[in-house]
Amino acid sequence: MLAFILRRIFQSVIVMLTVALVSFALFRYVGDPVTSMVGQETSLEDRAALRDALGLNDPFFVQFARFLGNAVQGDFGISYRLQEPVMGLILSRLPATLELALISGALAFIFGVGFGVYTALRRRGIISNAIMTLSLIGVSLPTFLIGVLLIWIFAVELQILPSFGRGEVVALPGGWSTGLLTPSGRASLILPAITLGLYQMTLIMRLVRAEMLEVLRADYIRFARARGLSDRAVHFGHALKNTLVPVITITGLQLGSIIAFAIITETVFQWPGVGALFINSVRAVDVPVMAAYLMLIALVFVIINLIVDLLYYAVDPRLRVDRGAGASA
Amino acid sequence: MMARLSDSLTRAYHSDLAYNFRKSPVAVLAALVALSLVLAAVFAPLLAPSNPYDPASLNLMDGFTPPMTENAFTGNSYLLGTDNQGRDVLSTILYGARLSLFVGVMAVLFAMLLGIGAGLIAGWRGGWVDTVLMRVADVQLSFPSILIALLIFGVARGLIAPDQRDTMAIWVLIISIGLSDWVQYARVVRSATMVEKNKEYVQAARIIGVRPVVILTRHILPNVMGPVLVIATIGLALAIIAEATLSFLGVGVPPTEPSLGTLIRIGQQYLFSGEWWILLFPAIALLALALSVNLLGDWLRDALNPRLR
Repeated sequence: MLAFILRRIFQSVIVMLTVALVSFALFRYVGDPVTSMVGQETSLEDRAALRDALGLNDPFFVQFARFLGNAVQGDFGISYRLQEPVMGLILSRLPATLELALISGALAFIFGVGFGVYTALRRRGIISNAIMTLSLIGVSLPTFLIGVLLIWIFAVELQILPSFGRGEVVALPGGWSTGLLTPSGRASLILPAITLGLYQMTLIMRLVRAEMLEVLRADYIRFARARGLSDRAVHFGHALKNTLVPVITITGLQLGSIIAFAIITETVFQWPGVGALFINSVRAVDVPVMAAYLMLIALVFVIINLIVDLLYYAVDPRLRVDRGAGASA
Repeated sequence: MMARLSDSLTRAYHSDLAYNFRKSPVAVLAALVALSLVLAAVFAPLLAPSNPYDPASLNLMDGFTPPMTENAFTGNSYLLGTDNQGRDVLSTILYGARLSLFVGVMAVLFAMLLGIGAGLIAGWRGGWVDTVLMRVADVQLSFPSILIALLIFGVARGLIAPDQRDTMAIWVLIISIGLSDWVQYARVVRSATMVEKNKEYVQAARIIGVRPVVILTRHILPNVMGPVLVIATIGLALAIIAEATLSFLGVGVPPTEPSLGTLIRIGQQYLFSGEWWILLFPAIALLALALSVNLLGDWLRDALNPRLR
């Protein structure tokens, strides 16, 4: 057990180091840091002095080590575009993105499981067929198009929901700002959350449906029915419970994708989050912000993957006996 | 010659795949939609009423003409209306679909080439080459491809001189989307190669001294192409969507040569003032293109190999 955890953590560290190397290479070799920092009238001597002062003439590994040391302390330098510390920029926008991601993740999970169970139990029903057809279109629709169409229907035609921004936010202690406590904040959250969660919802729904259909054919369900248990107890007590292990895993892994896809949703709805910051940095080639965002997303992904793997290990006893068989499944 | 052609056509008509195709109304419909869209895009210069890339042919007075109504100033009427610059929406859609398809097809070809190459080498050589390539693939696969494409696009922008950014934009786009999507090809080709390389025909070829490059490209590659084509078809739908997304985010093709994503981006700005047609028609075109190619890919996957499901 301990050996497995240690090996997994070691792998995570290797991944993070690789990402850090890419991130550092970006930082160092895409564009010239000195040119980005000084004005046009700075003399060549001053530039050389600055280059020396910043340590840009040091050997590669010395620079990389310094970059790592700073990154661990949360120091990613100063944004070329906004002339502010990158970490402060990201931290001030993180609450908006995390709130959006968690709410749409929860929506996707609740509706995905609900629709999945319904379509599995009433396989031939009209409503089930309608849901399945709609989900196919939902998968093919690009995220940004869903957002634009929602804005059109609910903000332009019906005029019942706001189309951009976060509404009124309340500052909480610890530097966190939340839109969940004000009516306008909650109303602003609805359309972006649906846009972001729709794809994940269809994914979860299809997974739950497939797993349910598989489980409902199993022997123990037949025996449960033969014992005279109610449909309700069989469906929800016995069947659903056994489908949830892979579903929770996938949902966990999808949380990372949600944070990444927030880039698109935040652009459509002008949501003041990290994704919008990133896309503006890509447009302006603001390398420090890009490098920091890359590291941040990688960290989120690595942590989620690690937790999911450890959960798997805790939940599924087969993994402990024969790792090869479980890993390839 | 004619006899041989008609002979092979009859054989193709009676093949399993063609039978499967005729029996699936969804596949036939999707193929019809996809084919007509592709043809319309390829022959856009002949079909389009005007050339939207030619500023001289535009009349700003024509701007914001609703579909099939006469413009108050010029008296011109357009089937699908005009956009803010007076460009005929039908023409911009045809030219936009052309660009979207071009970027999509080129990106898929690039990803295929890269993935097949990496997969063949990894599967054939094994050892550390295999380990390194597949570890890279694993790491890349754990991030969403749109994020990878965005990053590569950002890096490329940083490396290219500002005055060349617009002319290089399409190629940068193709490379970013292609690089974000090679992993699947590599994985499939690798595992297929590992199976094929132990078969007798490969052993025989090795014994008579055929060079590995020739074995890989002439003997093994044809036998692993089936699944690759399936991935490529679904990949084309994904690449078209990726291109539209990047262009919508404003990091794709330059606005002077709009793709479908750029058109939707432009259309979104005029939703609130009631000019819905600038948004709706490009959106329908994009959806039809992505959905039909996607459905074709799904059908091909089931028809070629039920086990791939």
